[in-house]
Amino acid sequence: MTTLNAFTELVSKESAAADQTPRKTIIRARGLDFFYGPQQALFDVSLDIPERSVTAFIGPSGCGKSTFLRTLNRMNDIIEGTRHTGAVEFEGRDLYDADVDVVELRKRIGMVFQKSTPFPKSIFENVAYGPRIHGSRGGSRLADLVESCLKRAALWDEVKDRLKESALALSGGQQQRLCIARALATEPEVLLMDEPASALDPASTSRIEDLIGELQERYTIVIVTHNMQQAARVSQQTAFFFQGRLIEANDTETLFTNPAEKQTEDYITGRFG
Amino acid sequence: MNPDAQQAASEVGEANDAKPSDATAEPPAAETTSPKPAATTGTAANGTAVPRGRWIGAVFSTVCLLAAWFGVLVLALLLAGTLVEAWGWVDWQFLTSRPTGNPEKAGARVGIWGTFWLTGLTGLFAIPVGVGAAVYLEEFASDNWLRKLVQVNLANLAGVPSVVYGILGLTAFVRMFGLVGDNLTVRIPADGLAAIPVPFSDAVIRLAQLEIPLPFGRSVVAGALTMSLLILPVIIVASQEALRAVPPSIRHASLALGATKWQTIRRQVLPAAAPGIMTGVILAVSRAIGETAPLLMIGTASYIPRSPGGIESVADLATGPARLLDVPFDGFTTLTLLVFGWIKEPESDFQHVTAAGVVVLLVVLLLLNALAILIRNRFQKNVNW
Repeated sequence: MTTLNAFTELVSKESAAADQTPRKTIIRARGLDFFYGPQQALFDVSLDIPERSVTAFIGPSGCGKSTFLRTLNRMNDIIEGTRHTGAVEFEGRDLYDADVDVVELRKRIGMVFQKSTPFPKSIFENVAYGPRIHGSRGGSRLADLVESCLKRAALWDEVKDRLKESALALSGGQQQRLCIARALATEPEVLLMDEPASALDPASTSRIEDLIGELQERYTIVIVTHNMQQAARVSQQTAFFFQGRLIEANDTETLFTNPAEKQTEDYITGRFG
Repeated sequence: MNPDAQQAASEVGEANDAKPSDATAEPPAAETTSPKPAATTGTAANGTAVPRGRWIGAVFSTVCLLAAWFGVLVLALLLAGTLVEAWGWVDWQFLTSRPTGNPEKAGARVGIWGTFWLTGLTGLFAIPVGVGAAVYLEEFASDNWLRKLVQVNLANLAGVPSVVYGILGLTAFVRMFGLVGDNLTVRIPADGLAAIPVPFSDAVIRLAQLEIPLPFGRSVVAGALTMSLLILPVIIVASQEALRAVPPSIRHASLALGATKWQTIRRQVLPAAAPGIMTGVILAVSRAIGETAPLLMIGTASYIPRSPGGIESVADLATGPARLLDVPFDGFTTLTLLVFGWIKEPESDFQHVTAAGVVVLLVVLLLLNALAILIRNRFQKNVNW
């Protein structure tokens, strides 16, 4: 029970600062079932994600939270033999409509992966990659964009003198912030983060968390995390997944202090998971 | 014991704990008192007779050493023997003369040009097709029975003897299954172009009209297509390995930024796989340089007085670039075929000429292998996942 109390304290401190006005829903899932071949990974998931805030998905490994995250920018399309029923809407339109341009969609809904994945190119070219594939011709406008993205990802001061050096020479935490800067460079509205700090040391983790706090003013952020303290620290809404089902979704404060479902309470108090 | 010394002692104890064998052999307390615990066990082992297990180990490592040096020794012997035979015979005259019946005047010029054009055209055909096939199989094809069938067949094709490819080349390219008669010429651009009132059209035709005789006969293009078939499986398999070594996370990261599949392959996957692909390609192409059997099967001449297209020197190429268009459809011979022809000559001095030809061939091949190693090392430094 001490864990729960610690959360209560933490969460009430956090949300006191956050304003309580209801926000517009930007992503809405309705009755989503998802299958990998014959195996069903998501069962009837319905969830509203409000814009310009941080929504955390928590749950034990294999609970479907990453699968759900990847349906939001259709990264699951890459895997063969996947299918779904139900709907996922982005700004009122079904993502899986036949006339949706996946390329345009992924440009507007960016993604950061668990393992940092810098391209084997220079720091500058990593950030410039998105704008370049979307038609930027380079020049000073591109340089300005790269600079502003690196600044927003809190990496500029560390790398401004070595933009031409290989991104692979950066530390793990710096690489992850580079990946965030790279995702920001396509000017997305939504940023999906799949356990962005789970491979990092505590100092880098805290930098990423601070960064998420800053980014939520401009972007809608959806973060998958194993770490419940992290969910409590960074998010305004939390959704708890278990065995492919969305068990409960609510304000982070309410979910952690007063969970409606027994399974949620068992998970956040550390009885399993 | 003052606190500093105590701490030092406990640090020593910890360091020893880290080595599992030492820690289990003796309690840490005993180790901190004896000055060099590891050394005592070492001398005990040296003092007594060497155990049987180690003796077998020594024999085994010697056998492996000999096996490793066997290849080096054979190559050294081969090189030494050839170099002694060729000594004084590899000179400018040898590189620039035609093959004749007189060993003193015989040269490898037509073979050098023939090998050059044959290899160039082979690369031109085999590299795009091979890399394209590998990209399709690794990046696009879904993992079904059809892909598996192609994959198994590629592995089998890589093992088909080169003579068999020669028969295929003879039927398909030299004779074209007898389907096109035996004296057809296709002209590009067509003769009719001269009649069209485009400025300089007849001049263009006079300067550079590609005349393609069909069937190909014993021409450079027929040889190059045959060699392409021979090295395609090698290029495909090597390129597939290189593509597979590119981590999927790179592809996902690129796609997640809104890149299309083509952009992802063009800008991320291929550059990352390029060193591996190039290494495979160079090794495959050097195999094409060394092969003789398929060329014998398609009936390529051992001796021929003239280089393809009549280009006998770089100067010829500079003064008459239009001759390039004749190169693919001209007769040719290669270094390997020259060597094969010379070794059959009865006159004893031809053994020196043969050796000289072998030296030139080996120099070309070793240079290409060195290039492959250089490329691999250079790019691997930058790419380290």
